[in-house]
Parts: sequence; C-alpha cells; structure tokens
Amino acid sequence: MSAPEIEKSDLVTVTIDGVQVSVPKDTLVIRAAEQIGVQVPRFCDHPLLAPVGACRQCLVDVPDAGNGRGFPKPQASCTLPVADGMVVSTQVTSPVADKAQQGVMELLLINHPLDCPVCDKGGECPLQNQAMSNGRGESRFSDDRNRGVKRTFPKPINLSPTVLLDRERCIVCQRCTRFADEIAGDPFIALIERGAQQQIGIAEDAPFLSYFSGNVIQICPVGALTSEQYRFRSRPFDLVSTPGVAEHDACGSAIRVDHRRGKVLRRQAGDDPAVNEEWITDKDRFAFAYAQADDRLTYPQVRDEDGTLRPASWPEAFAVAARGLAAARDAGGVGVLTGGRVTVEDAYAYAKFARATLGTNDIDFRARPLSGEEADFLAAHVVLTGPDLGAVTYDDLESAAKVVLVGLEPEDEAGAIFLRLRKSVLAGGTEVVAVAPYTTRGLEKLSARLVPTLPGDEAAALTALGSELDAATVVLAGERLATVPGALTAAAAVAATTGARLAWVPRRAGDRGALEAGCLPTLLPGGRPVADATARVDLATAWGVGSLPEAPGRDADAILAALAAGELGGLVVGGVDPDDTADPAVTRAALGAAAFVVAFDLRRTEVTDSADVVFPVAPTSDKSGTFVNWEGRVRPWEAALRNPASLPELRALSGIAAELAALGVGAPLGFRTVEEARAEMEQIGPWDGPRATTTDNSVTTTDNSATTTDNSATTTDNSATTTDNSALRLATWKQLLDNGSMQDGDKYLKATARTPVALVSAALYDAYGPTVTLTGDRGSVTLPAEIADDLVDGAVWVPANSVGNGVLADLASPGSTVTISGAEGVHG
Amino acid sequence: MSTLTPVLSDTWDAEQGWKLSTYAARGGYDALDAAFAMSPDDVITAVKDSGLRGRGGAGFPTGMKWSFIPQDNPKPKYLVVNADESEPGTCKDIPLMMGNPHVLVEGVIISSYAIRANKAFIYIRGEVVHVIRRVQAAVAEAYAAGHLGKDIHGSGYDLDVVVHAGAGAYICGEETALLEGLEGRRGQPRLRPPFPAVAGLYASPTVINNVESIASVPAIVKNGAAWFASMGTEKSKGHGIFSLSGHVARPGQYEAPLGITLRELLDLAGGGRAGHQLKFWTPGGSSTPLLTAEHLDVPLDFEGVGAVGSMLGTRALQIFDETVCVVRAVLRWTEFYKHESCGKCTPCREGTWWLVQALTRLEHGQGSEADLDQLLDQCDNILGRSFCALGDGATSPISSSIAHFRDEYLAHLTHGGCPFDPARSTAWAGREVTA
Repeated sequence: MSAPEIEKSDLVTVTIDGVQVSVPKDTLVIRAAEQIGVQVPRFCDHPLLAPVGACRQCLVDVPDAGNGRGFPKPQASCTLPVADGMVVSTQVTSPVADKAQQGVMELLLINHPLDCPVCDKGGECPLQNQAMSNGRGESRFSDDRNRGVKRTFPKPINLSPTVLLDRERCIVCQRCTRFADEIAGDPFIALIERGAQQQIGIAEDAPFLSYFSGNVIQICPVGALTSEQYRFRSRPFDLVSTPGVAEHDACGSAIRVDHRRGKVLRRQAGDDPAVNEEWITDKDRFAFAYAQADDRLTYPQVRDEDGTLRPASWPEAFAVAARGLAAARDAGGVGVLTGGRVTVEDAYAYAKFARATLGTNDIDFRARPLSGEEADFLAAHVVLTGPDLGAVTYDDLESAAKVVLVGLEPEDEAGAIFLRLRKSVLAGGTEVVAVAPYTTRGLEKLSARLVPTLPGDEAAALTALGSELDAATVVLAGERLATVPGALTAAAAVAATTGARLAWVPRRAGDRGALEAGCLPTLLPGGRPVADATARVDLATAWGVGSLPEAPGRDADAILAALAAGELGGLVVGGVDPDDTADPAVTRAALGAAAFVVAFDLRRTEVTDSADVVFPVAPTSDKSGTFVNWEGRVRPWEAALRNPASLPELRALSGIAAELAALGVGAPLGFRTVEEARAEMEQIGPWDGPRATTTDNSVTTTDNSATTTDNSATTTDNSATTTDNSALRLATWKQLLDNGSMQDGDKYLKATARTPVALVSAALYDAYGPTVTLTGDRGSVTLPAEIADDLVDGAVWVPANSVGNGVLADLASPGSTVTISGAEGVHG
Repeated sequence: MSTLTPVLSDTWDAEQGWKLSTYAARGGYDALDAAFAMSPDDVITAVKDSGLRGRGGAGFPTGMKWSFIPQDNPKPKYLVVNADESEPGTCKDIPLMMGNPHVLVEGVIISSYAIRANKAFIYIRGEVVHVIRRVQAAVAEAYAAGHLGKDIHGSGYDLDVVVHAGAGAYICGEETALLEGLEGRRGQPRLRPPFPAVAGLYASPTVINNVESIASVPAIVKNGAAWFASMGTEKSKGHGIFSLSGHVARPGQYEAPLGITLRELLDLAGGGRAGHQLKFWTPGGSSTPLLTAEHLDVPLDFEGVGAVGSMLGTRALQIFDETVCVVRAVLRWTEFYKHESCGKCTPCREGTWWLVQALTRLEHGQGSEADLDQLLDQCDNILGRSFCALGDGATSPISSSIAHFRDEYLAHLTHGGCPFDPARSTAWAGREVTA
C-alpha cells in the first residue's frame, strides 16, 4: 500500500490501565485504548468526524498528563490527544472513571424513552448496549421513589422525505449534524432550542435534502433517526447481513445487505477505508426495491407461433435460443450487447460466448453514447490497470495536490469520489479544478475552480490546462468524454506530457469489469488485443478452441446499424435501455429489424417485449459476482439470497452454448457457475504482451468512420451557436436521483431528487422567462428555468434523465445544438 | 481598611457622569497618551506588574492573558469585552457601563493597543437595551472626539470598536460560546484547545476580558502599577466592585479593595434588614458555593474565599436573612440553570432537568434523607463532568446548601412541606393586608 511507514519518532508511548502502548502522535486517548483492547463507551465520538466532546460518556481518569501532573477532573477521551508518558485509567481500573461513565449514562437515560421493544434500533443500539455494559441496571430517576417526568415530543417529524426524527429518543450527540456539515456539505440539519429541549431541526423551507442523508441514520447511536423505507419493517436480530458491493455506480462502494426470509429489507454502508470509508449515497442505500418489482422476470419465455411470448422451461428456452442464433449466425452473424450492469463473471461469459461460440468480435458493453476513440483510449490507457499496478486510487485523490475533473460531475455520477475529494479539500490538501459548463452545487462544495467549458470544447480546455499540471496532479476523465471528439486523446496526451496521472471514471458499475472481461470489439478477455495474433492464439489455446475470429468487431453503434441494415442476423442483448443509447430511435429500429433477438433482463422492458427468447437474470442480491470499480479495484461479493429460479446470465449463456455446440456451432462455455467462471478467469489471467496503443488500432478507427462523420456534423452545427443567440449547446448528465429504472419502487427516495430545471444564463432567463422550451433534432422539452450564475456563454444544461424519456430520446444528443424559446402559459 | 476606593465608580454621582465631557473633565482619556507613549509590551508589563486579575470571576492574571497572544501570527488580533453579565446576583458591569461607559471605552483602546488589535468588540447582554444604547453613544462620542478611528491622538494607532448585542443566553458569558455568538453561530462553548489566545474570534488570536478588568486598565496606566498593587491583598490586588443585594439596608455597588470582608461591607451598607439576622450569602453569584454568618470575616479576595470552599467569583453578594428557605432559594437558582443550560453536553443538559425535579420533591416534603444523598450523588456526577463551567455552577448552591443546612432540608421532610412563610422574606413583609 502507499501509506508511508510510520516513523519511530512519531510514536508516542502512553500507559493505559497499566499497559504501555505506542501510538502515532495526535492519536486520541479513546483510540489508543482500543489498541490495548479497552472499549471506552462513547456516543458523539466517530472516527471520521471531528471530535466534539459533547456526550461526556467517554470520561477517563488521567493521573498523569505526561508532564507529571494529572487532570483534577475526568477527561473526555475522545477529545484528548495522547502525550508521551501520559497515564490513563479507564473504567477498567479507575473507580472515578467508572462512576463518571455510569453517571453520564444514567443522565442520558433519564429523558430517553423506554420504547426499545418498538424501536428500530433495539438490538443494534449503542445506547442500549452501552447502558448494559457501562450503566446501572435500574433507573433512579423514574423508580417508585422519584417518579421523574421525562421530556416528551410529538413524534416523529420528517427531516426529509426519507429521514424521520423521533426527538425524544435523540441524545443530541451531533453525529448527524456533523456528518451533514463536515462530510456531505449539506448542513440542512442543525441544533435548535436549548437545554433538555435541544433538538435537531431543519429550517421551515429547507428540508434535509442531501444525496448522502441516509448515512446519518446509520451513524445515529440511538433510534432517533429512521428511514421511511425501513421504519417498523424488521428487528435487527431477525436480519441476516451479507456484505455486498453497490451496483449503482462505478465507485465499488462496500455495502451490507440486510435481508430476512429471502427479502432485502435495507442496505447499509460497509466499512472499507480504501474505498468508500463508511459512507454511501442514498441511491446505494435505498434503491433496491427495483429487484422486487412486480414486473420482475422469473422464468424464461419464448415467442410462440402466434407471435406472443409464452413461458418456457429453461431447457426449451436454451434450445430455441440456440436454434435461432445458429440461423442468425448463418444469416450474417450475431451481435452481442451486454449493457453496463454486468458482473465481471457474466461479462466474461458474454465475451467467450461471442468469440468461442458465435465466432464474432461484434460485442460491446457500452449501452450509452460511445466512440471509436473511446475504445482506443480504453485499450491503450485503462484496461489492465489497477491499484496494484500503480493506477490512481481513492487515497491518491486525497493526497493529490490537484485533481482535474473533466466530463465528470462526482456528486451526481460517483458519490464516493465526491466525498473523498471533499474530505481532502476540507483538510486543505487538494485543489479541485473542473472542466465543466458551470459551478454545480457539488463543485461548490468542493471549492472547485471552474474552467468554464462548452460541451464539446473539453479537449481544447484540457490542453490549455496542461501548463499547470504535473506529477502531483490527477485527471479524472468521465465516460461522457466519449461524446467529445478528441477529448480522451487530449486527456491522455496531457497526462503523458505533464506526468499527471489519469483515470477513467465510467458511470455504471459493470463498465470497467466488462472492459477487463473482453466485452469490446477490439479486446479479448484479460485485455488481449484482438489485433494481436499472439494474443488470439494465447486465448484460443487456453480455451481449447481452434482459433478465434480475427476480423475486427463492430461496436454497439455499428452493431445496431448493421442490424437495421440487415447485415446482422441476430442479437444477444442484456440490460440495455434504448433511451440510454446514442440514438434511441436507431436502437428501436434495429431491435425491430433484427431477425432474432435473445434478451436477458431483470424486469420486463421494451427490449424483452420485442425479443424472441427472454431469460430472467438474477439481481446482484441473488448472485455472487464481481465489479471492477473505476480504480481497477476488484470488488467481489457473494450472493445474499438463495433463489434457485434466479440465475446469473452466465448460466443461461452456458446452456445456450451447450445447445449450440450440439448443433455443431462453436464450443461450449465450459463453466456453469460463478465459481467456475472465476476459476477459469483466474487461470487465463491478464495479457502480459504489449498493450494496444492508439496508433495500432487504425483498423478500428476506420471501422467507426460512421460515428466520426456524425461527430463532425455535430461540430459544424456548433459553429452556428456563435451567430444565433437562441441556439445553445446542450450540456447534460444524469443526476444521482432521476428516472433511472433501478430507482423504481421507492417513492421516498424519488421525492428527494432534485427538481428538474433547465439552467440558463441570466440574459436568457430574462429573455425567455421562468419556463423555457428547448428544441433539438429529436424533439422538444419544456422545463422551469433557473439561472446558473457562471454558466458558460452559449450553453444550456438539463438533467439527462429526469423528465420524459430522457434527453437522448426527447431532445438531442449531448454537445449538439438546441434552440431555446419561452414557454408562455406552460407550467412545466 | 474598610474605606471605599471609588475608581471606576468615581463619576457615577456626577451630573451626566456618562458623558464624555464629564469624564474628560475629570482627566478621562488622559491615560491614552500615557499608554501611547509606552510600547505595547510595556503596557502589558505594567498590567502584569499591577497584579490585575480577571474580574469576570475566574481571576486569571490579565497581563499574562495578554502576553499569550502570539505576535508572530499574521492574522489580525481581536479584543473582545465580555459584557454578557447574566449571573444571578451579579450587577457590576451593567451599572458600570451605565454610570461610566467611557472608562470602559478608554480601557478598550489601551488594551487593544497593548495586544496590537485594530478591532475590538463589546459583547453586551441583549436584554439590557438601555445599556447597549449608552455604550453605543459613548463609542460614538469617542469616535467624534478622535479617541477611536484612524491615527488616534496622532499615535498612528487605529482602532475600531463594535458594540454587539447578544441574543439573551447565560451560556454566552462563557467566553468561547460568546465567540460563537459573535460569529453569528449558535451560542455553545467550543472545544479547547485551541484556546482563544491562539484561535479565537474568526480563528484569530483573541483576548476576552470582563468589562471591569478592561475598565481597570486606564487607572493602572495613569497612576502606575504600584498604585494599583498598593490596594488589595498579597495575591488579589487592586479595587473591585462589590454588589450587595437582598436583605441589606442599602443595596448597591461598593467599590473597595479586594480583601474587604462582608462584615465591613454590611457596615457600609447599613447592615441587614432591621430585626433580622444573616442566614446565608453568596460571595460571587449563584454559581459560587454559598456561605453563612460564620464567614462574615472572611477576606473577600480570591484566596480567602477559596480557603473556605467557595469562590470570589463576581463579588455578587446576595444576602439572605433567616426568613428565607434555603431549599426554595436553591430550587429557584436550579431552575435558572435548567433554563439556561445550552444543551451541548449530557451532564448539564440532563442533570439540571433532574435536579429541578429532585429539589421540587424535597421542597414539597416528599422523600427521605436518602434522597439528599442521592441529590449529592447527582451533583457529583455533574460537577467536573460537563463541558463547561455552567454545569459545575449548577451544583454549587445545592451541595453547599446541603453541607450548611442539611437540617433544614430534613425539616421539609418532617414538616411535609416548606416550614417557611415565603411572604416574610419579601420587601413588603409585615405590611400584608388581610381581607
């Protein structure tokens, strides 16, 4: 690891309960005590929050502060740093400390309700647990003699659509308010009133709307904060907890899936100091109901002779799919679109299925706008990198002097990156520079310096930034750069010339793993270049097949075009929403034109409706799997639920491959379970030959000539912007919470999403009013307008998937030109 | 001794004593030129040599506090005057600011000069609007006369003074809570370290002094440290305002050397109520453990009062005669602490909630002697366990009253309620009209 060895001279030796322990200087006594196995009870203390010393539960006796003199009064061990020679007596050895702790505990409980039997926290409650370990068994306040009167509040109140507060349970430790202020940067909850009436509150017109609000529920040491989703749903001791990895973004955040009798009831943040620390986004926490939706597919379906989809047995579906694919293979070939949600194991199965079974390189994981330049960039600079090989990590973001964000809005698109950057910015460590159209709320919280850039101009902006980059700089390039010709090339060039480190950040959890597993037309599993004959032979040998296709494959856009043109005979598609693709109309046309479609999906979609064979797939809770996050860090997890009808894609692909092999087409996959797939991938290993370079892939580049011409058309469009005041370049990205189908089923979470607005300059707002209509080559969108103070001239920003079918379907592609007009009388 | 030493209160009896003209006619603002003739460090040395100790209650040496300001810190330095006088019984700063606001303003200028601050704040308790207006008027007069602003008296020294009105919270008398309030935040004490001298107001080096401490500085500069040190006792030097209230013939402020006794002060004040005897008293406000008639000859300096288990505090002498029920008085004080607890830490927030209920039961004669011990145990769990001194102060009247008047608590229990007639302790006692 990159953490520097702790110098001997930085260690401080203290004696706690008679045991000597050496800890780094500035360590707090409460944590030094943990080193010798002494747990001092605490509530307000949290290792990731600044010390506050409010609850006074962690009082210890300090007979010698290191200077020969002791403290006359017990000290809060959560605010006291160690000093050399300090002597500390905790509750274990000091009657004074023990009595102080018992006294504080008794006081904490006098106004705390005895509603543990109906409290969600009961069973996992730090107050309950520590009252047992460090408190007295009986209350002296509300016993027969005293009959003390507790403070009460009407219960509960909503801090936000998801977070509820039971004020009488609150011990005002300020963990939640400190989290909101110090970590998330959304200080919309604060202490109000005083004395025993002191409580957490919100301003009347400002609910606790934060993308990270759920974390306060998890760190609340009592049952004061609960979520609408989980409140009264279950008892902690009935839950089974399984570690998992969040599937909503490419951060690879560790989560804990809490389930009971085959049903996920809640998700909590896992504790991974190298990745997400102890925080996750609200999407990672609350968006899991989609997997339990009514339209979840639970059995295979085949298209009957009358044209309708009917349920089928797994063997029948395998056979029907195999027959159809064999025919389609003969009628021009089969393309494979895996979508960006796949696990590495499933992606590997798709990759092998395409090459070894279907005999094609027509495979792409990118169910979104893409480019040939991007594929080259991924092959040259991204695949096969990882923390072990010196790639950029979260820790590097924290230690970097400067982080340049381009094509990436971390608060919306990569929450864990946002929080880690903010941590470093607040500590004074990192300067954030954003190549973006305006200073977003997230960038404001990062104190980011904006390099105002029109969408499409990122390449020039990056090149211009070159002079201030050096080896202490990290450039984070978001996947959106794929839509900007030259931007990824410029990022790579600027990194190469300045020594700055470069990382690529996709949005979807499966993208990076699919890249490694070979779901690109130019790359085989393990990063083996298709164009490299040695690599093909290496893999063919490992797979035990005669040869692998050497013809360069089509990327997703080309696959769709070929389907529409009748050049391809069939399609294997998993988890692709047409509205996410570069041109939804083209995608729909291609699906309609395809002679034979095998679809894999979790829920019924328009793709499964038009498919010939439909296979249900398991959600991440139902299967083991692995994601590779943006760092290249491998994030495996085991299945939380055992659902025999819920199978990973690789099982179905293996079944189809077996049937195809029986028909004399290709080779069987050779694995049927995640474990077998993992073993095979382990055995094959990564490519150790020369990596593809951008220049090597001239073939691919010509292949994508169609895409390139498209882009040039966009570029010429843009030249019009300067002359026409109402023509604007479209800036857009998906907000964390929007109409994404994996947020379905949770109305509370949805209610915390930001209101969709079009962001315009003040001049345009004055010209076109509070409601504007934007018109692009695919349609019009009417939205309330808001002014973004520093929005770059000639741009308009809209959320990509918060209204209608999304920007790609309803308006235009990102970076292209749209016109603005006032929408009088329309209340958008 | 036992003679009064009117320094701060010198002009209180003058016609319009609060006016700049009155103050100037008696030599006001002369100390400024004396101070500007000295180096800032020499001013600090003079204040150190005088032995002036903080008049806000804790008695920390003022000159030493000033010398803690790191002069190599590039941030601006601030002087903050704590005029949030809210302690029950304490009434010295408010009369001082009413009677002689200019001595405070002059003290602010000299003190700011000494610590090299160019901005000073006077944080006045929000309820006393008349005092805020008077100090604002004095500051305006001082600006108009060239005592404030740019290049004061041609010395090249600049100072701006802001009179800030608090929002009414006892906790804001705690210096770090005051700073929070001054910064526009919720008034709750801050974690220390860092101490205000290093990172106080706006994270800059800050000196926070009580009104009376700062107001004492001009006379020290004008008359010399030796003059100041000639008053008072060995370790508690100088003059101070003693505020007598309660059952005393002539209540009010008596400015006298530290070390004077209550017996001497009562002589000056015409004694207690006619026909009544002293029962108990507080030496420095309700947060200082109360004393009884046997302490009449205790020298009222930091050491003398400390030696009998209490604190000199703010020299707020509340006199209670034998008509007063100590349980009732202590309960009223405890209700004050419950109302004023800021809520930040558990012992004070929850403890005062419990203490009020426990004392109420005792006042109503419910419970047994074991409840007294439990009450003391509760105090032990609050004293020294809370975040700031408010929690400590809340226990002082309880534990000291039980120590001195345990029998009276027990009498409530045997009597089934309070054995006292509360009307007898009122100002209209004996003049009640029965229907």
